[in-house]
Amino acid sequence: MPVAWVLILSSFLFSVGIYGVLARRNAVLVLMSIELMLNAANINFVVFNLLLHSISYIGQIFALFIITIAAAELGVGLAIVILIFRNRSTVSIDEVSLMKW
Amino acid sequence: MQQVVFGIVAALIVFAAVRLVTTRNLVHGALYLLGVLAGAAILFLLFLAEFVAWVQVLVYIGAVVVLLLFGLMLTRAPIGKMVLDSQTRPLAAVVSLAIFGITSTIIWKTFKGQTIHFAKPNTIDTLGTAIFTRYVLPFEIVSVVLLAALVGAVVLARKEE
Repeated sequence: MPVAWVLILSSFLFSVGIYGVLARRNAVLVLMSIELMLNAANINFVVFNLLLHSISYIGQIFALFIITIAAAELGVGLAIVILIFRNRSTVSIDEVSLMKW
Repeated sequence: MQQVVFGIVAALIVFAAVRLVTTRNLVHGALYLLGVLAGAAILFLLFLAEFVAWVQVLVYIGAVVVLLLFGLMLTRAPIGKMVLDSQTRPLAAVVSLAIFGITSTIIWKTFKGQTIHFAKPNTIDTLGTAIFTRYVLPFEIVSVVLLAALVGAVVLARKEE
């Protein structure tokens, strides 16, 4: 199977994630788009592990680390979103411009 | 055989991802995210990474999607049709299309002749041995990072007295 198909699929997933981050207004949807981008990276790591026949499975181990970091990032991100909602009654990132210069 | 499975799963992932960033219903968005994550888990199984696939199912599909749904409910997201996109939408489409075009051109030029061979069977015990011998320090560090993030999330979301 050509490896370029898989890499192009994951680059498509990454681009869709970038579109979601830039175009969506709800903060929870932005977090979902970030998960898309992290998953694209994971697919790349796993397929390169298979392509290079890595003895030590470094690609798969790195994918596990990325899953862990994604869970941590999502926990902190959702806590911040809930805090913003409690203080300002909105999760629209257009209206949260307090720190904008 | 692998190519057929890959084609079906890739179609599922592309459809679900595009619908995720274009849907007008927030809860449907979470369900489309579920589709993308399940498709990625099938891809991991296809690429002989069983452990990563089941971690993906447990952590992402089991925990992350539920957490996101809780987030949607707790922020009292208006369920139903509404405007979810900001004004930067055309610009965002241009940026993401440009990134996709550039990266896929480079990938196509670089990896044109290379193919994947599904030869070597992967076993979980070799992966576990690698994690707990050679990569044990990064493993411990990432567990500390996870602990710090969880404590930070609790501190942030707690109500002030």
